[in-house]
This record gives sequence, structure tokens and C-alpha cells, in this order.
Amino acid sequence: MARLSGLQKDVLSLYRQCLRAVKLKPNDTQSHFRDFARSEFHKHRDVGKKDFGTIEYLLRRGRNQLESYSDSGIRDIRR
Amino acid sequence: MACTRTLARLATRRTVVRPAVFSRGFASVTDTHARDPLSKVGEKIVPDAERKPIPESKTSTVQEPDPSKDAKTKTFHIYRWNPDEPSSKPQMQTYTLDLNKTGPMMLDALIRIKNEVDPTLTFRRSCREGICGSCAMNIDGVNTLACLCRIPTDTAKESRIYPLPHMYVVKDLVPDMTLFYKQYRSVKPYLQRSTAAPDGREFRQSKEDRKKLDGLYECILCACCSTSCPSYWWNQEEYLGPAVLLQSYRWIADSRDEKKAERQDALNNSMSLYRCHTILNCSRTCPKGLNPALAIAEIKKSMAFT
Repeated sequence: MARLSGLQKDVLSLYRQCLRAVKLKPNDTQSHFRDFARSEFHKHRDVGKKDFGTIEYLLRRGRNQLESYSDSGIRDIRR
Repeated sequence: MACTRTLARLATRRTVVRPAVFSRGFASVTDTHARDPLSKVGEKIVPDAERKPIPESKTSTVQEPDPSKDAKTKTFHIYRWNPDEPSSKPQMQTYTLDLNKTGPMMLDALIRIKNEVDPTLTFRRSCREGICGSCAMNIDGVNTLACLCRIPTDTAKESRIYPLPHMYVVKDLVPDMTLFYKQYRSVKPYLQRSTAAPDGREFRQSKEDRKKLDGLYECILCACCSTSCPSYWWNQEEYLGPAVLLQSYRWIADSRDEKKAERQDALNNSMSLYRCHTILNCSRTCPKGLNPALAIAEIKKSMAFT
């Protein structure tokens, strides 16, 4: 596997953090959270590799979302 | 007889068509036409052969008002950025308004643009009288509250409105204040006391002690000063910024607070407080006329002499 840039590592680490945060949710809704996290990443698959501003913005937004959805009061997610 | 039949037909058609048009907002399950797109509704309305179009002279259509002769047209350039298209670049959008029909303040102009020209324009506003601090933005190069900033009547000059500088933008003129509020929380902006009041009633203070809080308690945390400070621009993560330091001093100076030493201790490092290099942009820009630089100087002084 090619060496990853710092930004790519950040994205991957955020993705891992999201998947770990899913494990803290109630068993029966974990799949909803997983689908949600995956779809959020999937939505922006086609962002250019060199489009640093956009990637940084999306990372920031992702971290904010992760923080707010990690709240133990949120037990299910639907769309 | 034919006449009554057509009337009846008209009447029934009305009852069928009208709810479809007018009840769209309150669509119910029984009303199956309610969710039809408008174009589909339009197809259902068959023009009545017996109803001739009314000539224009007989309608009550109000003529579009001519632009008045003495219109004071002013141009506003406003920063726009839409987070729904994250890969798009921010851009400036230009709006023109007749100042005779607009209120005197920048916020009036923004609200009028949002109401009448472009409903997608996004900004925070609340009290419209300079007490909530929501509408802080950068107007013609100065951080201020839009509700306290008069529109310059010189129509030859164009106004430029940006969000607060060096803040992440949420959308258009809305900055992300998360870090600012986190910093505010870190100074523990509340009374810390372990002993009860001597007479078991309120914590009272003398008039002189109360006077020390004047010029501090008026701060509305609009973040105009912090975001005008170059030192805060470059060290946002560690330097607390003038607004938060002013609040910190508000609690250090409070005679009722018992954790003065702890509060000072928390600021006693090279970053939190001492990144203030007395640039004084904060005192210059404060829309409430406060002096954060003086408060910071007072903290530095109180720490030097303890």
C-alpha cells in the first residue's frame, strides 16, 4: 500500500474513531449508526485528492458530528 | 337550464381544484390531490370558453412602482459560502438597495436583502439593539455588530460585509464559535465560593467593590475583539483572546469570589495570557465601547504583584 499523506491518515483515523464510537451504542441500533457513518463518508468520495480546503472542512465537520452523535443520550439514528 | 348546468359545473370544478391549490401546505391523507405538483394542477384547470379574459384596463393590477427619482442606491458586497457544496470556493455577491426604503443600520439592510432579494443569505441576528452579540461581523474592514453599525450614507462607496476574520465559517456570515465558547468555559465564568455569607443571605459587596466591575460586566461576548487581535489569529488554540480574558478579569476582580489565586494560577503560563502584546485592536473595535486591553493589563499587573 502506498504511503499515506497526513491528511489521508487523518481521514482514516476519523473513520476508525466513528466505527469505534458505534460500538458504544445500544446493540440493536448499532447497524443504523454504522450505516450512517459509512454513508457520510461515502457522500464525499469524489472530493479531489488535492482539494485540501474541502477535505479539511469535511474533517472538521466530521469531528463535530462525531462529538455530538457520541452523546450517550442519542440511542438511535434514522433518516 | 344550460346556464344553470354550466354554473353547477363551475361550482364543482372549483371545489375540486381549489383545495388542491390552496391546501398544499396542510396536505392530508384523504386529499389525494394535495401532493400533486403545481404543474399537474395547472393541467386540470381547463379554460372556460364562456369566460373571456378581462382586459388589462379593467383589472386592479397594481403597477410596478417606478424607481423613484431621488433613490439612494447603495451597493453591498457580501461574502457567500455554502457548506452544501464544500468543494466550491467562497465568493462575494453583490446586492443593491434603495437606502430610502431601508432602515438606518446594516442589520436592517441585511434583513431586507434576506426578505426581499435573496432568502438564502444566512446570518445570525436576534435582539437588533446590540445586547445579544449575535450579529457580529466584519463590515467595511471593522469587526462590529451589524445592528449598531450605521449604513454609510455615501452611496458612491460600496460596503463589504465579511464574517468575523480568522474563524471557521459555518455558512455565509455565520462563524463557528465553538472554540471561543470552549475557551470561555475554561475560565469558569461563575462565582466560586466555599464559605456561606456571614448573615446567611446574599453575598453582598460594597459600592466600591461593585464599581470595579463596571466596564467588565457589560461584555456581551460578541467576539469582535478576539477576532480582531492578530495575536489571537495566530495562536487561537492556546491564547485565550481579549474577550475571554476580560471575562476572566471580571471574576478575578469580583470581591465575592474566593478562588482568585486559582484563577490567576490558571493564566500563569506563556500562552493563555501573555500572548497579549498590547496591540489594542480589541479596545478599538469593541462595539460596546469597553476596554479589554485595560482588563488584560490589570490581570498582568495583579499577577506581577502577588
